[in-house]
Amino acid sequence: MRTILPVLTVLAGIFVIWYAAAVWLNAAWAYDRAGRAGVTLSFSELVADTWAQEKPKLPAPHQVAAEIWETTVEKKITSKRSLVFHSWVTLSATLLGFALGTALGVGLAVGIVYNRVMDMSVMPWVIASQTIPILAIAPMIIVVLNAVGISGLLPKAIISMYLSFFPVVVGMVKGLRSPDQMQLDQMRTWNASPSQMFWRLRLPSSMPYLFTSMKIAMAASLVGAIVGELPTGAVAGLGARLLAGSYYGQTIQIWSALLMAAALAATLVALIGLLQRVTLKRMGMA
Amino acid sequence: MAWIVAGFVFWALGIWANVRLARLPRSRATSLAVPVIFGVTIVVVWECMVRGLNVPSVILPPPSAIAVRFAASTHILWEDFVQTVIKGALSGYVMGCGAAFLTAIAVDRFPFLQRGLLPIGNFVAALPVIGMAPILVMWFGFDWQSKAAIVVVMVFFPMLVNTVQGLQDTSAMQRDLMHTYAAGYWPTLFYLRLPAAMPFIFNGLKIATTLALIGAIVAEFFGSPIRGMGFRISTSVGQLALDLVWAEIVVAALVGSFFYGGVALLEKAMTFWHPSQRGRA
Repeated sequence: MRTILPVLTVLAGIFVIWYAAAVWLNAAWAYDRAGRAGVTLSFSELVADTWAQEKPKLPAPHQVAAEIWETTVEKKITSKRSLVFHSWVTLSATLLGFALGTALGVGLAVGIVYNRVMDMSVMPWVIASQTIPILAIAPMIIVVLNAVGISGLLPKAIISMYLSFFPVVVGMVKGLRSPDQMQLDQMRTWNASPSQMFWRLRLPSSMPYLFTSMKIAMAASLVGAIVGELPTGAVAGLGARLLAGSYYGQTIQIWSALLMAAALAATLVALIGLLQRVTLKRMGMA
Repeated sequence: MAWIVAGFVFWALGIWANVRLARLPRSRATSLAVPVIFGVTIVVVWECMVRGLNVPSVILPPPSAIAVRFAASTHILWEDFVQTVIKGALSGYVMGCGAAFLTAIAVDRFPFLQRGLLPIGNFVAALPVIGMAPILVMWFGFDWQSKAAIVVVMVFFPMLVNTVQGLQDTSAMQRDLMHTYAAGYWPTLFYLRLPAAMPFIFNGLKIATTLALIGAIVAEFFGSPIRGMGFRISTSVGQLALDLVWAEIVVAALVGSFFYGGVALLEKAMTFWHPSQRGRA
């Protein structure tokens, strides 16, 4: 309750600003049209017009909501105009990339924790790899993989993977190293083998770190999938909707794709949060 | 064939050298040499494999070809660098981080607003904000202004969340001490809370460096004047001039590393007192 009221207030504020900005940004076009038609607009007419334009500079929230309703519920899922279809295309690439990235991240982290050479040689490059704006290289990766004969889901997933493995590596290295000396000594007094040390102590104690980094990785993975769709010539996916919308000035379409992506990100992150709570509770850690 | 063999030999050599170095006691020299040897090995193996297996340069050009192209087209790269990094990313970075910093200080005075804004800020920081790019290109035109705008939007929330969290990072004892000194709001802010928030602020600034570059480059895919790194990458891919694309990538990597490194150095200089910095020599 302590946070719900402030959050709702801020949300209401955002909506007020959004509606006001819609009036302000779309007024020029409304006045222009009224001037050519030879009528003068009263204030209420102006507001009504700015909130209902076909291609507004900033669509009002209810226009976007109507568009989302129309393209998700009223269209068949298999239709190319259905937002559900496009979301699914993006979602599948996101999930595949996320799975690959998490696997790669955990693998690298285990190597880094258990192998001194890997720790010293790979870790600096893992950090350096993230200063390269991979998203900028996305078009090249897509085109090159296409030339090799790999197309469709995998190129996008690779970009997602590149973005999502980093938080997992960093989090898992921290997590696998989180057992303190006393716990390690305890395992040693029980004559635990290295593999028992890993499965019974290091892996379980890294779980909170893993889930936190998986949340970041999931959000990054979605961004990767969306940007990966841009250079494929706008065939399918939320990124393609964005690109097509920007080509044809369909602002409502852009905003609906954007909100859909936001909803997708929120749902995926919330799912991991749920998984985290269930897992940690069963492990007795939360 | 000789190239492939040479590649494998060099690979084995690199691994052997790193294993030997890693066994030595950890010093500044070894912890610098090991990653450098690793990187050099990768580049050499790349060169040898591309030449040995006759990989066409439209798929993967060898590093030497990229270096030649880099040296030959420095004026293009410089022009793109100015357009994308200086005009787009840097101006947006300064504006966005500055605005977020001031907003955080304003929000900090109202706990109600703070409780409302933090969850939403955290939520927005996880959203694919990059999708705003086409909208902002529509609003601000094709030139650098729209790129700066997308950078502002992208860096704003991570910076805001970090600064607000940092401003809360003082203990009751410290605040009481300031109180006994009869320090008002502003002295407390300047002498206690802002210094205490510095590690958080720098964390936000570091996250924002990568975001700024990504935002400026990706925004160019949605329309740009005929210069800029994103423009050059997307058109050169179309022309199959992959050596130029890789040269741009090298520029982007260098800029990203220097940008991040610069902020990290500044952090080291300004938060030398913090435990996370004191531990390192």
